[in-house]
Amino acid sequence: MITGTGLLTALGSGTEKNWKALLAGQSGIAPITRWTDPKLQVNFAGELKDFNAEDYIDRREARRMDPFCHYAIAGAEMAMKESGLPVGLEKPNGYDPERVGCIVGSGIGGITSFEDSLKNSLEKGFDRISPFFIIRMISNMAPGRISMRFNLKGSNWGPVSACSTSAHAIGEAWRQIRYGDLDAAVAGGSEASITPMGIGGFEAMKALSTRTDDPTRASRPFDKDRDGFVMGEGAGIVVIEELEHAVRRGATIIAELVGYAANSDAYHETAPAPEHEGAQRCIRLALKTAGLQPSDVQYVNAHGTSTPFNDLHETKAIKRVFGDHAAKLMVSSTKSMTGHMLGAAGGAEAIITSLAISRGVIPPTINFGAADPDCDLDYVPNQAREKWVDVAISNSFGFGGTNAVLVLKRYKA
Amino acid sequence: MTATNIEAKVKSIIADQLGVSEDEIKEGSSFIEDLGADSLDIVELVMAMEEEFEIEIPDEEAENIKSVGDAVNYINTHKK
Repeated sequence: MITGTGLLTALGSGTEKNWKALLAGQSGIAPITRWTDPKLQVNFAGELKDFNAEDYIDRREARRMDPFCHYAIAGAEMAMKESGLPVGLEKPNGYDPERVGCIVGSGIGGITSFEDSLKNSLEKGFDRISPFFIIRMISNMAPGRISMRFNLKGSNWGPVSACSTSAHAIGEAWRQIRYGDLDAAVAGGSEASITPMGIGGFEAMKALSTRTDDPTRASRPFDKDRDGFVMGEGAGIVVIEELEHAVRRGATIIAELVGYAANSDAYHETAPAPEHEGAQRCIRLALKTAGLQPSDVQYVNAHGTSTPFNDLHETKAIKRVFGDHAAKLMVSSTKSMTGHMLGAAGGAEAIITSLAISRGVIPPTINFGAADPDCDLDYVPNQAREKWVDVAISNSFGFGGTNAVLVLKRYKA
Repeated sequence: MTATNIEAKVKSIIADQLGVSEDEIKEGSSFIEDLGADSLDIVELVMAMEEEFEIEIPDEEAENIKSVGDAVNYINTHKK
């Protein structure tokens, strides 16, 4: 059961702020404000909006962390607050801390800290590295910090699987709950890679949109004129909880995670396998774990990165798995508004999918103009659609050929 | 740099790195017991002082710098 959410994206800090912007079809993409580099072509991204780390973390602690950790803690704080999960046996309905885990990943980790430390070291010497460098940089410091903050004594780790990271995190938390190891977990991911190395690296791969004259229209999944993804950042973190515990303490259940699968393309570093064969298998496996048929699914929150390859092959995969039912599916990519939050994307999109189910509105794919003849599904173009759905899936596919699919369902008491 | 200036500068470095206000920092304040520092904070503080005052504090000497006064005294003695 999803009982709490923390969503921080280019559309703002906080789940409600994001939801409003998503339904309004707003773009969070704009010129990068933190730095400029004259040699890089891409000068826009989806920087996290209205965020001040010191609203969540005291100044001294904040100094010891990379931004990806700030975002993760803020997301966890929001999710824990919303869920009202009382960790600690001394509290009324309190959970045993040993039965609450934290599985929060980051695709890249503390790249800001890496860049700053490297620059400093080249200038002053490698004996001048801050003792906090490693602490700031390593990805698992986010779950470590969150565990400390909320006294979560169950498993404490984070997957690293590029753009599938936080979908894996939530899925693995679900598995640990089903396996009986945990009653609840804080799960998801965060990312803060809008740095010269981050942008430069993806630019070098020709993965990014270069629509510099019109950044808000650069992320245009499934559109004929899409030319690459737009880097986003932020966090998507949930509290996921075993049903009986959630019910017993009277928690508000947002949606139920009923299925999850993870698999591999075993094909190429970055390109999806033809017709995204790996994604096809992953969607089928996930539905199988949920005991559902393809025809039960009504909404797909697509990976939909806005790269020519992903969107084409994801569409093909959906058509293969769903057959005739594909034409009835609503398929939207909210990356059109948030940008691609890499390791935070799956978590953010699991939250958005849960809200679509619980609130009866499907967020759109914005910037959808001219249809690509090979991308011919109902992408919920440009305008949110009021529609109650019972079952939705959220797709996440990452470099390295790593796939994760979550199946979410309306909770009926 | 006068002794007073050194003390003021040391306090400002500590305030910045440990997130405490300068009023809380007394000459006798112990980094760990009074100012809430841990061993990594002290390593970073020593590095910041080395850079600020252009001195080198060997590890075995750094181990003896436990309070604000210890730091100020060390710098006063070793600053060129």
